[in-house]
Amino acid sequence: MSNLSEHYSPATGRRLGLLIIIMVAIGGVLTTFWAKTRWWFPPVASRHGADVDQLITTTFIVTGFVFFFVNLALGIFVWRFAAAREERAIFWPDSRTLELSYTLVPTAILITLISMGAVTWARVHSPVPRNALRVEALGQQFAWTFRYAGPDGAFGRTAPRFVSRQNPRGMDQSDAAGRDDIIVSELRLPVNEPVVVLIRSSDVIHSFFLPNFRVKQDAVPGMTTQFWFTPTRRGNFELACAELCGVGHYIMRGRVVVDTKAAVDAWLADQSH
Amino acid sequence: MTVTHDHTHAEHRQSFITRWIFSQDHKVIGIQYLMTSLLMAAIGGFLSMLIRMQLGFPTWNFYWAQWLFPGGFADFKMKPDFYPAVVTMHGTIMVFFVLTTALSGGFGNFLIPLTIGARDMAFPFLNMMSYWLYPPAIVILLISFLVTGGAAAAGWTAYPPLSALRNAVPGSLWGQTLWLVSLALLIVGFLFGSLNYITTVFNLRARGMTMSRLPLVTWAQFLTAILMLLSFPVLFAAVIMLLFDRHLGTSFFIPSGLVVGSQLVTHQGGNPILWQHLFWFLGHPEVYVLILPPMGIVSEILSNNSRKPIFGYTFMVGSLSAITFLSFLVWGHHMFTSGMHPLVGTAFMVTTLLIAVPSAIKVFNWLATLWRAQIRFTSAMLFAIGFVSLFVTGGLTGVFLASPAVDIYFQDTFFVVAHFHFVMASAALFGLFAGTYHWFPKMFGRMMNERLGKIHFWLTFVGIYATFYPMHFAGTAGMMRRIFSTTQYEFLRGLAGMNMFISVAAFGLGIAQLIFAYNFINSWIRGPKADRNPWKSNTLEWQTESPPPHGNWGAHEPTVHRWPYDYSVPGATDDFIPQTVPAVPAVSGAAVDESDGKPT
Repeated sequence: MSNLSEHYSPATGRRLGLLIIIMVAIGGVLTTFWAKTRWWFPPVASRHGADVDQLITTTFIVTGFVFFFVNLALGIFVWRFAAAREERAIFWPDSRTLELSYTLVPTAILITLISMGAVTWARVHSPVPRNALRVEALGQQFAWTFRYAGPDGAFGRTAPRFVSRQNPRGMDQSDAAGRDDIIVSELRLPVNEPVVVLIRSSDVIHSFFLPNFRVKQDAVPGMTTQFWFTPTRRGNFELACAELCGVGHYIMRGRVVVDTKAAVDAWLADQSH
Repeated sequence: MTVTHDHTHAEHRQSFITRWIFSQDHKVIGIQYLMTSLLMAAIGGFLSMLIRMQLGFPTWNFYWAQWLFPGGFADFKMKPDFYPAVVTMHGTIMVFFVLTTALSGGFGNFLIPLTIGARDMAFPFLNMMSYWLYPPAIVILLISFLVTGGAAAAGWTAYPPLSALRNAVPGSLWGQTLWLVSLALLIVGFLFGSLNYITTVFNLRARGMTMSRLPLVTWAQFLTAILMLLSFPVLFAAVIMLLFDRHLGTSFFIPSGLVVGSQLVTHQGGNPILWQHLFWFLGHPEVYVLILPPMGIVSEILSNNSRKPIFGYTFMVGSLSAITFLSFLVWGHHMFTSGMHPLVGTAFMVTTLLIAVPSAIKVFNWLATLWRAQIRFTSAMLFAIGFVSLFVTGGLTGVFLASPAVDIYFQDTFFVVAHFHFVMASAALFGLFAGTYHWFPKMFGRMMNERLGKIHFWLTFVGIYATFYPMHFAGTAGMMRRIFSTTQYEFLRGLAGMNMFISVAAFGLGIAQLIFAYNFINSWIRGPKADRNPWKSNTLEWQTESPPPHGNWGAHEPTVHRWPYDYSVPGATDDFIPQTVPAVPAVSGAAVDESDGKPT
């Protein structure tokens, strides 16, 4: 036979209410502000990245408010409505007005976020500018290599039937356009110039992740995906693989250098010798 | 009723084996599912400790781990090829072999016939078959740790070609094959179960138990069964196709022109993205398979321990149904960076954010249920309240990931890991704990130790936040999922201290679960005897003996006269009125509408 009266405990209500308010509602918000000073996004270095960051900030603010107030309400309710034995709860099974309001308000907020998200997403995936530099990135277990079109500005043809161990890209050796293609192991990009990266893989799925540029696009064997962006800062950056690709997934790191157009052109000219 | 009165006395003639092992009694099958799942939870949880060891303390020597996994460790440190296998098996076990089986197989089996007033499931033999596909699936899955190449290592999502080509990763040698066979068996079991649940709810409800009087926990199980019946066959097909690709030379998922492990691949013409569509067409409904039953469990426990009707029953059923429907239309949000056309991404963003609306309704309804309640803090209630907090915290980070432009950055980072460990893993686990504390007396006829239950709650609630909340920040700093080490990248340099903290919190969280294990076993053996209705609850399962006899109801099946949430009805003598109480005599003063049992 159980004794239910032990569960009528205002002290437990106070404890749990306080825990939710202090640890979750307040603690959650404060640690986020603290994390902002130590573990936050790597500095943004692309044009669309600034838009993406703006959207992320907005989402943080909206969800942060909901997070704080819902957990706060939960904490307060738990504290406030812990049972006192002699009283009885109210009989309140329904309220259409209340329910409609908390159906419609979240709907309105979400539609706003959908619209903002759709605009940013459309901007990220807007048509590639005609003057964009074209670079092909190839993911292989466990390294990235890059192909530039070379002086003629055209990539040589590739096809699966030409693929071999020595030729993972499947380049057609008979195509003249491919003769001056430059294959290198680091990505150099001119600052403030649009670039479109054509992303491929010759074995398993990888994901082309440039944290500073807010770029991530899977490298899927059998197809070419693409992502275009405009670097806005000079410097050295890191390229990571973000999709589990095997034992060496964690070492599949690449280097990205953003420099002036002249410097990148000079470097490219060096490579083709 | 298909099960007759005579059948209820048949138990005396049953042998030990037909009664406890190859049993066709839904209660025994439910308990079998639950206990097996808890054993698997211990294994899955232990694997997560290995993950945290490696991420938090990569330079330490783990002598015992090398003794336990001689192939996975060298020089007392984890080998890089063991790590993906551990991650894969942790995810697979927790999603399919713990949460699905415990919440749907365990609670679904135990509660559906009892809450609708049936004597058993519609197809008891099929039900037994459903459970008995589960242990072989476990054996096959766990044996894969011992085969050449070790266990599957392509993630619980098993993306080909990594999972399709035998030399792509060691776990793809034999482990992946066993993984696929194991999953196929388990899925067949799930289909037997879900088919049974749906039929039972449609056909075996007691007299007076209209659908609008169904407890929310039963509604949730019913809708979960529909989800499972419609989505698991798609994964089943995909699993078979992948097995064909691996062993029979087909190329559903493997394109032409690949070079793997310095060898030219001979497959031609497949598409790896096809697997992702098939997998997530199950995979997303699957996360609702994990969260709908806890939603039902929590609704029941919150109402019962608030001594108040669940707020907005109609909206609760409506939002459960809306989630069920919408969950089939959101799978693409796992694939925003896969190379789908951007417009497809936009469409999936819309459906994904829309599914947040019914989720929000549920949260606010739970809050409204607490409003001006008389809250009783049982262990079950503590976990139910904890569930609401975890679900809110995890649900809100879903708003980030639903937006494809934001997801570009967060996809495949620890932000995602934090998100689903809150909204689906921890929240579902809290539902599992809440349900266990609540229905343990009915399952075993004994009470669990409430003092230990509460200690378990405090440690687990704090432990979950300490473990998973910081993972959001690892994700904002860009830390990728499933990486063996963060030391290769400069932008991840600052994360060592945080990862150490997360690991310590995770170890504490893991150790706290031993309290639950002890409490469960100890209470089972020598807990105080439970009476029929220890929580003063309205639903039908509490109106029979604890534990209920074979056939559940003795000579007479119950007749239902009201909805399950008549708590604190004004004018009634008690603060609860069981569903079996006829409308008129129990209530004096309040006029009652016979059709739904609510005061007019």
